[in-house]
Amino acid sequence: MGRILLLIELKGGNDGLNTVIPYADPKYREFRPGIGVARDHTIQLDEKVGLHNKLEPLMESWKAGDLAIVQGVGYPYPNRSHFRSIEIWDTASASNQTLSEGWIAQAFRGATPPKGVGVDSIVVDTNALPSTGPELRTIVMQDAENFLRQAHALRDTGGMKDGGNPALRHLLAVRQEINAAAKGLADKLRDAAAPKEAYPQEVLLGRQLDLATRIVTARVPVVAIKAALGGFDTHANQVQPHERLLGFLASNLATLRKNLIAANLWNDVVVMTYSEFGRRVRQNASAGTDHGTAAPLFVMGGGVKGGLHGAYPSLGDLTDGDLRHTVDFRSVFATMAQGCWGQQRDFGLRQPQRLSLL
Amino acid sequence: MVAPIGRRGFVVGTAALSAGLWPLRPGHAAATMDFDEARHLLSRTTFGATPAEIRALESQDYVATVDRLLAGVRRDAVTSPPGWLHEGPAELQRQVQVARAEAAEAKGKVGVDGKPLQPERPLQEQSRELRNWWIEEMLATDQPLTERMVLFWHNHFTSSLMKVRFPPSLFRQNALFRREALGNFATLLKEVARDPAMLIYLDGMRSVARQPNENFARELLELFTLGEGHYSEADIKAAARAFTGWTVDRQTGHFKTRDNEHDGGEKTFLGQTGRFDGDAIIAILLNHPRTAETIVEKLWREFVSLKPDPAEVKKLAAGFRANYELKPLMRAILLSAQFRDPANRGALIKSPVELIVGTVHLLGLPVPEKTQLVRMMIGLGQMPFDPPNVKGWPGGESWISTYTLLLRQQFLRRIVEATTVASMEGAMMSSPRNRRIERREQLPMRSDEGTMQMAEPRPIEGRSLRYAGDEAKLGPTLAGVDSATLLRTLLPRAPIDTVDPSHTPGATVASALLDTAYQLK
Repeated sequence: MGRILLLIELKGGNDGLNTVIPYADPKYREFRPGIGVARDHTIQLDEKVGLHNKLEPLMESWKAGDLAIVQGVGYPYPNRSHFRSIEIWDTASASNQTLSEGWIAQAFRGATPPKGVGVDSIVVDTNALPSTGPELRTIVMQDAENFLRQAHALRDTGGMKDGGNPALRHLLAVRQEINAAAKGLADKLRDAAAPKEAYPQEVLLGRQLDLATRIVTARVPVVAIKAALGGFDTHANQVQPHERLLGFLASNLATLRKNLIAANLWNDVVVMTYSEFGRRVRQNASAGTDHGTAAPLFVMGGGVKGGLHGAYPSLGDLTDGDLRHTVDFRSVFATMAQGCWGQQRDFGLRQPQRLSLL
Repeated sequence: MVAPIGRRGFVVGTAALSAGLWPLRPGHAAATMDFDEARHLLSRTTFGATPAEIRALESQDYVATVDRLLAGVRRDAVTSPPGWLHEGPAELQRQVQVARAEAAEAKGKVGVDGKPLQPERPLQEQSRELRNWWIEEMLATDQPLTERMVLFWHNHFTSSLMKVRFPPSLFRQNALFRREALGNFATLLKEVARDPAMLIYLDGMRSVARQPNENFARELLELFTLGEGHYSEADIKAAARAFTGWTVDRQTGHFKTRDNEHDGGEKTFLGQTGRFDGDAIIAILLNHPRTAETIVEKLWREFVSLKPDPAEVKKLAAGFRANYELKPLMRAILLSAQFRDPANRGALIKSPVELIVGTVHLLGLPVPEKTQLVRMMIGLGQMPFDPPNVKGWPGGESWISTYTLLLRQQFLRRIVEATTVASMEGAMMSSPRNRRIERREQLPMRSDEGTMQMAEPRPIEGRSLRYAGDEAKLGPTLAGVDSATLLRTLLPRAPIDTVDPSHTPGATVASALLDTAYQLK
């Protein structure tokens, strides 16, 4: 049985230390005298860590045992460029390796291609890298209606000859892919019911999750859907903007959960957040934080084993002022590939850590 | 396309160019060009050509035309450079500090218009000006082949603003690429190794004897010259040591050497041993047959077809290696039977820059402000001065995905539906102001930046090409041309979708721009 992976990219580098807070560690307050989250704004999860209270909407999921938090996720020799680090994540590469194919596509390398309606993966934001590769038919579609309209204008080219011109062959193949996706989606999405509960609309993520919900409830047989929430590059005066983002994220995820439970599909979806890096442990002079390394990520879904996974990186054992990761992100990907699609992959790790997330 | 000859005395005579090594002309091809062949030559050596530009070459001698194209190559840009060109990194740093302080002060305050004050961001502003400057040059130049080559070198010797964060150095690197656009590859390679943007981009500036940084050395071997499989890790380490001590002056942003940071010891590189420095390493690389082959293969993919002919590549590379002069190489490529083979017409996919610059040039669209064009290029996956990584844009088929094909169509559809041109003066004279504003609102990809909304009204006016019938006014580049010629100008092959031959010229242009074959060159 397959599950749909719903990836949510937190663009800009989410501050993990102010998301899942090591509240009991006195060093936390030493490093972050101005921007540390106060004890009474922290929802305790255990005797060491707690959630930022703006994430309160996630507590229902936590209590139901279908919210997992993987702590200390990162990779060796971390790169601090947004651009490069997200590429490392999206392609599951080592820090010094440049790959062009996304990790979800890699997961299907050599596997029987998933059966679909002309599309295997739908990106509802703009970064399609995780599912970019010849194994998957991926489309980027922020707005279903607009996509279908645009696709309609490109009429079916069925059977057109390329005359041995490889560039033309490629163009015709892509056109064919668009047509096939549109055909499959048009029927399914036309009758898709609106989500039971409307999404908060302050950020684009609400609209994206609305579309994602329709794709899931219309039972479009995709292996992955990708969305994103931007604005996490909090170099200065970060307290309010970061709180606001966490609030948006939590309320949207809570709505998603309610909608999929109502549609009886919560067991068929795994939601996972990720970000290119966490932020530095010590706050900077502008009451913000600069680019850092490891951070926690959230995994939610009816089939998810809730709770804390991995170890919180020690604030007393930093490298160059940065957290040392305890879980390699490729181990998380390997766990997802196995748990969502039954694909055994190590993503270049000699010994991927088995996480009991699913 | 009459080439101004003799700029700076740089033109090499035709006789010198064809000195023995290179075939004068392929046996079976005709001496003179017909319309379609002239179109092909121009579509590969410019950003796209208008009917008048094609006709100017029609029935001309092919070889003489190629020689004229090559002789005209520029070494300097026609567009005047941005004003901050000579500021050093220290000055930019100072401006960034000032802007930060002002931003902190302005926080929470509103301007006279009631909107929050937008702090200035000097680095971003310079980067924007730099991109716009180059796009301007691509449109303004009388030698588009020069800019095609600059773009080629930018994609070969990649450097990115995102990492370098010092626009003047990227400007100077761009100027270097233009100076040697079709000059000498050996000179270019030596200069690139000393280029400050490159030294910053691949960490050469930090590479010192006690801790050599291998980044530049690795890419020099893997991407710039030999290619994977032709060197060992030990060669990379040796090369890295040889380049230690080459750095960038932090005050001026210019190249300098620090002898005390140079590793003067003995190194073994590609089987040779000596106290090599950077230039010695480059000399060894230039002696290696793979270097010329790498460049020839890449030029082939850029100018001829996606599938280089191995035998032909070897032959061309052998000639190229003799002195690394680029003009004779380019001449041989353009005169090759494969280049002239009609089967290779329309066998390459336009890059986003070619698609956008070419469309603007073809339609004669006046676009005084280039920011929106750059934004479209970014959307389509090619941000000038910011290649995705050190390998550059992979290009070819990878330009087209389901996403980018729909975006390309959307860009072209907006041009067709909303921004059809009339002559600039005509529109300005005849239409009421508010109609112009209305048109402006429909321009492709509206801007969300405050500064953009202040841009002067765009002198673009018109009606949908498709539906305005005979009233659709084509710009001066296409006006008065019959439908059949328009089709042959805009498309490298027969249209993919049916085009009604009895269409009005406006509707023909609309159909051609939206035809899948328009993505080909």
